Amino acid sequence: MNIHEYQAKAVLSRYGVAVPKGKVANTPAEAEAIAGEFGTAVVVKAQIHAGGRGKGGGVKFAKTPEEAREYAKQIIGMTLVTHQTGPQGKKVKRVLVEQAGRIKRELYLGMVIDRGMSRVVMMASTEGGMEIETVAAKTPGKILKEWIDPAVGLMPFQARKLAFGLGIPGELTGKAVKFMTGLYKAFVDTDCSLAEINPLVLTEDGDIVALDAKMNFDGNGLFRHKDLEALRDLDEEDPTETEASGFGLSYISLDGDIGCMVNGAGLAMATMDMIKHCGGSPANFLDVGGGATAEAVTNAFRLILSDPKVKAILVNIFGGIMRCDVIAEGVVTAAKTLGLTVPLVVRLEGTNVEKGKEILAASKLNIISAADMGDAAKKAVLAAAGRAN
Amino acid sequence: MSIFIDKDTRVLVQGITGSVGAFHTKQMLEYGTRIVGGVTPGKAGGKIEGVPVFDTVHDAVKATGANASVVYVPPGFAADAICEAFDAGLDIVICITEGIPILDMVKAKRFMEGKKTRLVGPNCPGVITPGECKIGIMPGYIHKPGTIGIVSKSGTLTYEAVHQVTAIGLGQSTCIGIGGDPVNGTNFIDVLSAFQADPKTEAVIMIGEIGGTAEEEAAAFVKAKMTKPVVGFVAGQTAPKGKRMGHAGAIISGGKGTAAEKIEAFRAAGISVSETPSDMGKTLARRLGLKVK
Repeated sequence: MNIHEYQAKAVLSRYGVAVPKGKVANTPAEAEAIAGEFGTAVVVKAQIHAGGRGKGGGVKFAKTPEEAREYAKQIIGMTLVTHQTGPQGKKVKRVLVEQAGRIKRELYLGMVIDRGMSRVVMMASTEGGMEIETVAAKTPGKILKEWIDPAVGLMPFQARKLAFGLGIPGELTGKAVKFMTGLYKAFVDTDCSLAEINPLVLTEDGDIVALDAKMNFDGNGLFRHKDLEALRDLDEEDPTETEASGFGLSYISLDGDIGCMVNGAGLAMATMDMIKHCGGSPANFLDVGGGATAEAVTNAFRLILSDPKVKAILVNIFGGIMRCDVIAEGVVTAAKTLGLTVPLVVRLEGTNVEKGKEILAASKLNIISAADMGDAAKKAVLAAAGRAN
Repeated sequence: MSIFIDKDTRVLVQGITGSVGAFHTKQMLEYGTRIVGGVTPGKAGGKIEGVPVFDTVHDAVKATGANASVVYVPPGFAADAICEAFDAGLDIVICITEGIPILDMVKAKRFMEGKKTRLVGPNCPGVITPGECKIGIMPGYIHKPGTIGIVSKSGTLTYEAVHQVTAIGLGQSTCIGIGGDPVNGTNFIDVLSAFQADPKTEAVIMIGEIGGTAEEEAAAFVKAKMTKPVVGFVAGQTAPKGKRMGHAGAIISGGKGTAAEKIEAFRAAGISVSETPSDMGKTLARRLGLKVK
């Protein structure tokens, strides 16, 4: 789960991470009032879940409250296109109005989970404002890393190593250590999967501040953070994907015309690959998961059918935890209650497969059955193209 | 011979009183697995499918002499269950649970350091040595004793591979699902080196997916250390960037972890790559010089 910059800064500041003074504005008038209250120059920043906002015209420097109002008027309601939004862009609903500081240096600080090491790693670089992937590709030597032992947390000496490595002056190391320790604590306490401060800035006044902040959370940890779930902005998410997650289904919208319902993430990806190999194109990734019920299968069908692009549905189930009879019942119930309007290709294998096939056959529904995965994909591609099998 | 588990493995079921745990206890017993006990805190003294239930793994080990466990405990408590099994000194712990918070696994891995127990998973289908011992959730009947080792990040794709191996007239020595989580126990290299050392295993099928670099590391190991033939498949060739494809670890982030990179690494290591998920069996047959109908 992602959150907005202003929300990430609010979370981080609770952990002692220094952020600029700022408030969120939903209207140009609010932006003007906030700038007036601060009595300084401000930066007006579009709040969307994507980076590269400055280049897209979503970040403006305003010397007066009137200018803040004018920029907020330009930004709120605009469709901001950045390299991370895709060509369709994202509509801006609100802006963050922040006190503008005098920047001396821009640095990078980030945290992720290093899969190979099974540890949280804190990364720092002097290349502030640049994407860390770009730095890693071009000048990997410029990325400093400290792996953190979960038993003791980020040790002050590790934070100092990073601070000195970044060339932060000696008199500011205390502030740097406090910043990094707070960031680590926030990361662990909130079940983050990624936290990025880019840029981290040293100001002319001798402060170390998070000029931007990005936090992603591990979906598996959200059950213990009801407060964070409230920060979710559904407008930033694909509505079908959101609905699917409510049913415990993993769904991702794609561009093609063959709706897929598969059990298991690997098999679901492989089914997409197979469709492509047969000359078709999948409309979605959909993993009905291990413990799915007949109800979940019905919901899965409803989601697939709600996509007007779908011209055929391919169900590919290899039952392990998921029993084929449960899937078959779900398929039959869904087809009957929703009224199938497109061809349905089903391939069943695994636990209780005979029972599952019996249920499908007894339903008298018009189901194209497939012998194996390749056969299923071929039939689905033909069906989507409107050709008989 | 086989790797990790065999007919003598004595298995505990952690979370045996839950619906999933109870269902699969029955399935494993029917397959012939020696399930010697179950663990659910506060439920000691009861029985599930005739199997005695204990409060702690330590109690269960003491009473039954178990040397392995399988974890069906819900995600919020599963990392703790894994650590408990490590603390009891079992040989192997197989965690089926999907959805464990990643940072719980980071902590568990720290706890596991220096202990002799092997973890397989989490978020995996388990391990099966056909005809001897099934620990997990895979449908037992599709497997056949034989000489092909299978290792995979994906559960249902493993079943697919098993099915195809059986279809070309071969069987499996041991099949291992290592799971699709970003922080897990046994990795590809652990399994590959065990298969290389196992006299019964003649060839290996390795199934990877997008995300991380485990496949690339495994390919380097194959090139450097393996003399047995390896066939590979990587799922997610059509997966979009930046989207988590079901498994917590299956994501192309910052342009890294694509199927194309992994397939390239496989090819460079002399691994025979199956172009589609339905060609794994045929690719294996070709590599072994077998004639396929």
